[in-house]
Amino acid sequence: ILSYPRHPVLKKRDDFEDVLEERRRSSDLRYALRCYTPTLYKGLVPCKVSVLKSIVLQSDHLQCVIKQVSSESGDSTECVAEEASLILDEMAHRMQLSTVRFFVFTLSKAFKRLFRSVCVNEEGIQRLQQAVQEHPVVLLPSHRSYMDFLMMSYLLYMFDLPLPVIAAGMDFMSMKFIGEMLRMSGAFFIRRSFGGDKLYWAVFSEYVKTMLRKGYAPIEFFLEGTRSRTCKSLTPKTGLLNIVMEPFFKGELFDVSLVPVSISYERVLEESLYARELLGVPKPKESTSGLLKARRVLSEDYGSMHVYFGHPVSVRSLAEGKIKRSQYNLLPRYIPQKPSVDTHEFLNDAAFRLVRIQEENMVLKPWVLIATLLLQNPDGMDLSSLTEQTDWLRHLALAFGAFLDWPDHEACSEVISCSLALHRRLLSVSAGHVQLSVTDAPQVETTPEEAVFQRAVVVLSCASYRNQILHVFLRPALLAVAMQSANSSRKDDIYNCFNFLRNMFSNEFILCPGDSVQDFEEACYLLMKRGVLQVLEHEIVMSASGQSTLAFLCSVLDPFLQGYQVVCRYLCEETNENLTEKEFIPAVRSFCFVSLSSDLQKNALAALLRLKAVRKVKV
Amino acid sequence: MASNSSSSAQQRLRIIAGHLQKRPEEENASVAAQECKAEAPRSEPSSATPVPRRRQEIMKWNGWGYSDSRFLFNKKGQAEFTGKRYRLSGLILPSLKDWFEGTFGANLQHRSPATPSLNLSAVAPPHLNQPFVEDLKAAGLSVSHDPEDRVFRAHGHCLHEVFALREGRIGRVPDVVVWPSCHNDVEKIVELACKHNVCLIPYGGGTSVSSALECPREETRSIVSLDTSQMNRILWIDEKNLTAHVEAGIIGQDLERQLNERGYCTGHEPDSMEFSSLGGWVATRASGMKKNIYGNIEDLVCLPSLNTQTHTGLGHAHTLEMFPPHQSCSVGVLLEVIQGTCDLMCSQVVHIKMVTPRGVIEKSCLGPRMSTGPDIHHFILGSEGTLGVVTEVTLKIRPIPEYQKYGSVVFPNFQQGVACLREVARQRCAPASIRLMDNEQFQFGHALKPQVSSIFTSFLDGLKKFYITKFKGFDPHHLCVATLLFEGDRGKVLQHEKQVYDIAAKFGGLAAGEDNGQRGYMLTFVIAYLRDLGMDYYVIGESFETSVPWDRVLDLCRNVKERIVRECKERGVQFPPLSTCRVTQTYDAGACVYFYFAFNYRGLSDPVHIYEQVEHAAREEILANGGSLSHHHGVGKLRKEWMKESVSGVGLGMLKSVKEYVDPQNIFGNGNLL
Repeated sequence: ILSYPRHPVLKKRDDFEDVLEERRRSSDLRYALRCYTPTLYKGLVPCKVSVLKSIVLQSDHLQCVIKQVSSESGDSTECVAEEASLILDEMAHRMQLSTVRFFVFTLSKAFKRLFRSVCVNEEGIQRLQQAVQEHPVVLLPSHRSYMDFLMMSYLLYMFDLPLPVIAAGMDFMSMKFIGEMLRMSGAFFIRRSFGGDKLYWAVFSEYVKTMLRKGYAPIEFFLEGTRSRTCKSLTPKTGLLNIVMEPFFKGELFDVSLVPVSISYERVLEESLYARELLGVPKPKESTSGLLKARRVLSEDYGSMHVYFGHPVSVRSLAEGKIKRSQYNLLPRYIPQKPSVDTHEFLNDAAFRLVRIQEENMVLKPWVLIATLLLQNPDGMDLSSLTEQTDWLRHLALAFGAFLDWPDHEACSEVISCSLALHRRLLSVSAGHVQLSVTDAPQVETTPEEAVFQRAVVVLSCASYRNQILHVFLRPALLAVAMQSANSSRKDDIYNCFNFLRNMFSNEFILCPGDSVQDFEEACYLLMKRGVLQVLEHEIVMSASGQSTLAFLCSVLDPFLQGYQVVCRYLCEETNENLTEKEFIPAVRSFCFVSLSSDLQKNALAALLRLKAVRKVKV
Repeated sequence: MASNSSSSAQQRLRIIAGHLQKRPEEENASVAAQECKAEAPRSEPSSATPVPRRRQEIMKWNGWGYSDSRFLFNKKGQAEFTGKRYRLSGLILPSLKDWFEGTFGANLQHRSPATPSLNLSAVAPPHLNQPFVEDLKAAGLSVSHDPEDRVFRAHGHCLHEVFALREGRIGRVPDVVVWPSCHNDVEKIVELACKHNVCLIPYGGGTSVSSALECPREETRSIVSLDTSQMNRILWIDEKNLTAHVEAGIIGQDLERQLNERGYCTGHEPDSMEFSSLGGWVATRASGMKKNIYGNIEDLVCLPSLNTQTHTGLGHAHTLEMFPPHQSCSVGVLLEVIQGTCDLMCSQVVHIKMVTPRGVIEKSCLGPRMSTGPDIHHFILGSEGTLGVVTEVTLKIRPIPEYQKYGSVVFPNFQQGVACLREVARQRCAPASIRLMDNEQFQFGHALKPQVSSIFTSFLDGLKKFYITKFKGFDPHHLCVATLLFEGDRGKVLQHEKQVYDIAAKFGGLAAGEDNGQRGYMLTFVIAYLRDLGMDYYVIGESFETSVPWDRVLDLCRNVKERIVRECKERGVQFPPLSTCRVTQTYDAGACVYFYFAFNYRGLSDPVHIYEQVEHAAREEILANGGSLSHHHGVGKLRKEWMKESVSGVGLGMLKSVKEYVDPQNIFGNGNLL
């Protein structure tokens, strides 16, 4: 199920429908109050929120951990149990239909102002309706914006699907009132880090598992763990994935359906906020007053939004032949067990594949292509050549299997001017020349540093759009760079080089561990099909006509190669013996004030650590 | 009301005698020219008719049980059970047709009849080892290479075996059948087999459901089926120590009947007891062999037309020499638990004598327990005919119990039922038998209700149904039923009954009468006959079992049932299968679970293969959910592939080295287990 098609281009995708259309025609209030009768899981054991809590607190698993913790810490079990109960109170959602209805009403209003359309694949919804009845469901949306989970719940309500409970970061809880509102619409809050806290982990995992086992509601969480500030998918986390899979591993559930959901925005609400964050301006703390101040966003046009519900992935079929469930036979199931090495590998692999599915089903707008080209031409482009190249790129992207939402009946120039208009804040267009720039910066005296910063914000914002299409070009681009640097046309040499690059960038991009050969073959296949390469038995030869494609592909990766080079140079030249991790990012930034995002720097450091080029010394 | 079985033994004897007269008289097998020297005084010659050498004269050659007993749909489309042997015999079962058509999507117009008779030309000529056969004859042993005899001993009761027979397909069959009539005969046969290097496959009742009796395809030597049925005497009964010394070929019903005549019983009531043999029980670690202190003659008294008291479900254990005892939950099982004894064959048996190629293995005394290293009985129990032939067994016996009472409890759902059984096991107060059927099986049992004779009864039934579903709010699609059997002395039974019903009430259980209980047990013995009926109408099925810790019972049942449904769907089975289970035995630490699985195979080109794939998947699912490879059916050849996983590589190596020492030439080459 998860192995991706050998010929990605042939992938068939569902059609979309705009769900806001109906909203623009009828009363939102009546809609919010309409009769909501969700499709239910066949094995549902109905239970109230309060009963749920007591089931969790009484569970053998939690009781066992409470005893363990009590004997380790010396506190009485009552005391530890009390603590567990407080943790649960802090965590648990208190879903209420009335609050949900309130949200439905306000979000209807908000979405209509923000978006031109919200497009959903209804076939995906129908599959979900089916899946929800059969087995407990886990929803795995991509995470680019705070809008994501609001939109998810909104859509599920709209299609009479059971409302999900959502794992949310604790930061929301600090938003008075709003935090509670979210809680009442199904969010439950987990601390960002609780590494060694056994009790916390036990409460948390038992809470999630209990809801899953009872079929209480679909569980929703973000594989990537947090919003991606770069619009590139983040390396997935496996902790929660393990929790939702364990009831299957231990036989408590026949199966669990994982539903990857890809949410893409034509314009991300947090666009410039992210860029600033990447440049080291701290993220504003979530607060209700902050939210009110952000009302400004309501007055802008964010284009359209696409939500694609992927095919449900059965954990059972995913684990077939990979997980020996009988490994759980010899220990009572309530005793917590660290995942075995095999299990861990499986989780990691599954997580990567799920994120790949999210990526592949992410809708790309024409602007993504334009942003890619503009970034490669920092001095700007003539509108005519931009149009021409965008069209060329569009065909290349489609040939590589991109899920492009390109209006069918409009002329290319029309489509481009529309996109440019929507993103005018990042551009300057004059006399048929298009260039990235800061248009809203008042002509006040700015220091050169400020000017650079402003420019960096624009470049990073723009890069976040280019990043959305990277997964399409990534494999061929790695091959292109490998061919360039291998200095040989022998397949083996090229593969080694490809493998090295792939390895180096595996913190930067979603590259399934162990898929090196497949990725290489896929890249060869795609480029061969485009007539860029000829792949012979032992050699790979570039065709005469392939030059421009290869050059383009190389420049796709160029910013990353350069970024990594900067990091390496810094480490070689500047660093003294005891650089702390905290100082690293500001230090690199001041070392070379090119538009280096902290995300890239972190990834580069992680890669170097992983490749053992750099050593971490505990002080 | 409870059938009071304490009425005099004479009444029982009359009944037994009555049944016996109905049986076809067996030719007097006087062939054993050589006098067997029994070491012990022989017990009185029994009035029972032993299993004939030519079993096909009274039993089906291509189906379950006696030739005169079968289900059929009569001209009116009503189901009836023929013959006179069973309580159900001659009765009409009005609801079976609707259940059958509704559950399987079967249709009485669509028949898939069996080949009526064995086509002798399909049987390959015997590959005889002439010197061996001549030596056997010289030793005065009874030998046959008649094709019917050979075909009869070439199979157990696995679906694929019976299906092939019905289609007239005959695979490799034994080349010779030999009937020893005592221990010494067996010693002689084994010695000659070693001398001439032939393959011996012990055969007892032939009820194996693990492919244990199949002749290995790769076997190139002459294959000799060693039929123990003529070794069927009780050699002595020791009333001081309450033990009986019995030849291992005796089948369950004969053993029980003969002991009953003396006022005793063995205390186990395997459901396949009708056909399975003592040696087979030993060789498969049969659980039906549980000791039942009360014995099962009571069934005779309370089910007056029931000739045998047990029956088997579809398949049963099997193995090698004999028949499997099946499920059994027999009465008694639980009592054993109460007494804190372990309940398998090992606790039943005091002494075993087995002939191996290395010689005879046995212990030197009849002490009740020994600390002399690992118990050598454990090499024999469950050896599935790979090491030798069990010839004589000393069993514990008990006086026949005085009183017997059936019962049943309805639970709102299966979860509650399992919780109740668990509590009963925790309190160690399980009745002689307690079984919990899931909803599908409850409905199945209902479909076997005979025609009601009086309006009053049917009115009462209606009232009961109304009370449970409407007044108590039980959902007829979720409720499930536990059937109970209490035995012992009257006062204690009544007290015990109250205790169990009190526990059941805590789990929402409602007492549902004796009748339902009794019908539940009936299902067990007719199920194998019912499979033959299904096969007449494109429905194939089988049962299989496992044992599992208490906390996993529910999960295992749900997952296995669902896996079956899903696998069938994926393999193109057109109609949803019957996938049902019951908890049949309770232990301190877990339970035995039994699954029935059947489906309509119209439209499938290779139904047996699909059946096997689904069963394979179901077994994988069982193992993944913490269930065992087998609770009592054994491994045979069917489940061999999982042996290593089940007992570890070292464990398997230990078993192999025993085999290597005991039988280096692989004389006992049935290929089971290892």
